[in-house]
Amino acid sequence: MTFTALFTQLFALFLAALLAPALTGWVNQCRAWLQNRSAPPLLMPYYTLHKLFHKEVLLAHNASSLFRAAPYIVFSCMALAAAIVPTLSTDLAFSPAADAIALVGLFSLARVFIALAGMDVGTAFGSLGARREMLIGFLAEPALLMVFFAASLISQSTSLSTIVETLGQREFTIYPSLAFSAVAFAMVALAETARIPVDNPATHLELTMIHEAMILEYSGRHLALIEWAGSLKLFTYFCLGIALFFPVGISLAGTPLSIAQAGFFMTLKLAAGGFLLALVETLSAKMRIFRAPEFLGTAFMLAVLAMLVRLLLETGP
Amino acid sequence: MLFLDQPIEFTRLAGSAFPVYTARAGFEEMNEFACAVREAGRRLVALWGGDEREARGIAVHAAFDLPEGLVCITLFCPDDAPFFPDFSGLFPAAGRMQRALRDMTGAKPQGGDVRPWLRHANWPDNYFPLRSSTPDERFEARNENYPFVRVGGDGVHEIAVGPIHAGIIEPGHFRFSVMGESVLRLEERLGWKHKGIERRFAGMSLAEGVRLAGRVSGDSTVAYACAYSQAAETVCSVDLPSRAAWLRALFLERERIANHLGDLGYLGNDVALSFGLMQFMRIKEDWLRLNARLFGHRFMMDCVVPGGVTADLDEAGVKEIAGQCQAAERDIHHLKHVYEEHAGLQDRFLTTGRITPELARQLGGVGIAGRASGQRWDLRSDHPVFPYDDLKPALAVELHGDVAARARIRFSEIDESLRLIRDVLRAMPPGEIRTAARSEPCKQGFGWIEGWRGDIFIALETGEDGKIRRCHPRDPSWQNWPLLEHAIIDNIVPDFPLINKSFNLSYAGVDL
Repeated sequence: MTFTALFTQLFALFLAALLAPALTGWVNQCRAWLQNRSAPPLLMPYYTLHKLFHKEVLLAHNASSLFRAAPYIVFSCMALAAAIVPTLSTDLAFSPAADAIALVGLFSLARVFIALAGMDVGTAFGSLGARREMLIGFLAEPALLMVFFAASLISQSTSLSTIVETLGQREFTIYPSLAFSAVAFAMVALAETARIPVDNPATHLELTMIHEAMILEYSGRHLALIEWAGSLKLFTYFCLGIALFFPVGISLAGTPLSIAQAGFFMTLKLAAGGFLLALVETLSAKMRIFRAPEFLGTAFMLAVLAMLVRLLLETGP
Repeated sequence: MLFLDQPIEFTRLAGSAFPVYTARAGFEEMNEFACAVREAGRRLVALWGGDEREARGIAVHAAFDLPEGLVCITLFCPDDAPFFPDFSGLFPAAGRMQRALRDMTGAKPQGGDVRPWLRHANWPDNYFPLRSSTPDERFEARNENYPFVRVGGDGVHEIAVGPIHAGIIEPGHFRFSVMGESVLRLEERLGWKHKGIERRFAGMSLAEGVRLAGRVSGDSTVAYACAYSQAAETVCSVDLPSRAAWLRALFLERERIANHLGDLGYLGNDVALSFGLMQFMRIKEDWLRLNARLFGHRFMMDCVVPGGVTADLDEAGVKEIAGQCQAAERDIHHLKHVYEEHAGLQDRFLTTGRITPELARQLGGVGIAGRASGQRWDLRSDHPVFPYDDLKPALAVELHGDVAARARIRFSEIDESLRLIRDVLRAMPPGEIRTAARSEPCKQGFGWIEGWRGDIFIALETGEDGKIRRCHPRDPSWQNWPLLEHAIIDNIVPDFPLINKSFNLSYAGVDL
């Protein structure tokens, strides 16, 4: 582990934690513009976090220590996930541990804890949300794994750094398999980050919520951490998508100049991605919850198709 | 006069804008008459009570809708055994009306559901607010232990929602019995907004009363004020100036369109299509602002008073309204196209929350929810008062009874109301808009107006001093809340907000 790698790693982690709420703010802004509304400020999520961190934490009488610990666990999981995704550089301290399967595991770990916390207090909504979240989760995770496998077939490794390096260094060729995986990944990402058409992050209708229903009982800094973790998750998914499917401009050398360059490209790509997400969210209606299995099943099929395409068509000399 | 071959002699109420027939009857006669009404496929409009113990006992009034007009029967129950027939078997909506009647006056239905309805353990069960001998008293608010109907079986559990919700909406408690996501039964518990409106009416002058009537359910303020004014004009024996009648029709149709626009927007929002909400809200906002500019209030509150209206329309105003109608119509047609072509939205709307015409007939659905399930009730064409007999509104009816049908009804009614507004603007004669209305003692009047949600009914009686002795406002939501309980059965829990919104019933209007 070199000093640069450690520095880059810490820098990437810090940057992710710092910038993630801005991405959420940007998506909200784009959504507002697309709906002819005047938009909230870009920094709105920071204000919200600031407000929540200064608010008192109210706990249900029967909340266990699990309920109190869950926000910290969830936040740590998301921070770690954000750290192991090669956002700016592939030369990271955590690179050896940055395995695609481990990443999926991290997401699942966070999901398990937030679902348990949702059920902990024993309100109807918490368990309702937990149940729905698990339904989404157990369909989304295999699809996500398949996407990673399709990409790792190209690089012959499940290490994220290796995958991104391989894809970043290749000459410009169109891999049909990657096109299929990209669509599958986008579908999974919408479901996993609780966006329309699977979930509605802006709803106040408690009966329709998925993610929000689980966290209804949280307040103060606990809620702040969960919201922040939510932003980090969105950010991580964006970075993953960009690293896997549009790795142009990523720093392979790890020099400060190349990292700065990578940062510039990254910001552009994130802004474009955020706008696309807002567009998708504006154009679609939320689907009925029992359509989600079809939706995620399609994602899974596309990912499998990507692997088949890779194996059948792209393994020639 | 006799109706339905029943031995009750009715007399026509003089001076009413629409035909009203009243009669007194005994217990058995009243019961028989209600059965005959049910058999004839007609409906119960309202059931309310009043304290007349000095003269005859506790009065129980029932109003029915017959082809000839409104038919109102009064039963006087003796104070020591205040029983009246149980109508809930004939008209399911009567169940809650008679529970409310019991809470308010102490007269009991002979059978049926006897749980309290408006009383939430916040006052003792021998305190009857509508008895004239009942003093004003304060009681400490207490938690009630309401016996909900339990659904047994393996894997059935309950979800309790409200009265405090995650968003800012009216308070209502919904108890779902669910199996997984699928709803087996829904029971509503309303009454959280009980404010004692009916008791407040007593002792008010007719002119004060119209302001309170206009605040029973704010989204229907014009319709309530019109219904109240109809009743008050019967009491005062005044004739409405012709121009005032036309202006009332204009206000009513503008209120209808404003509410339909809001509902259509929220229907989009409930399936996470905020685009729809924003667009419809924009049109609605323009609509309301023009109201504020021309008539002095966004919702035209207090624009209708007994004897006429308080806001007139000049030539420039006519032009503005006509121009706005044209612009709104274009935008609404565009949005209608968007809603119809949006696969995701239609997927959520179609077959969701279905009330078949047969079920709607049994439950007695009225208004837009009823018309979306093939129930052809619309006072504007059933018992048209001037100027609706000239305007001849076309009835919008759908048969599917799902959320999509209730949305389509709103689109059709907006179109028809736009046409009516144009006709009103064209045909409205010049002249007075208000005449003096002086209250007369010991008289009775009824108001019955098709508001945007359904028919709004008001019964009014004056005392010897010419002040209001009893005023009963009846919102169409009384009839339609039971429909909602059935609409959700076999649907999934997350579809409830959408179904609820497609009915958009009033809480304030039934909590009184």
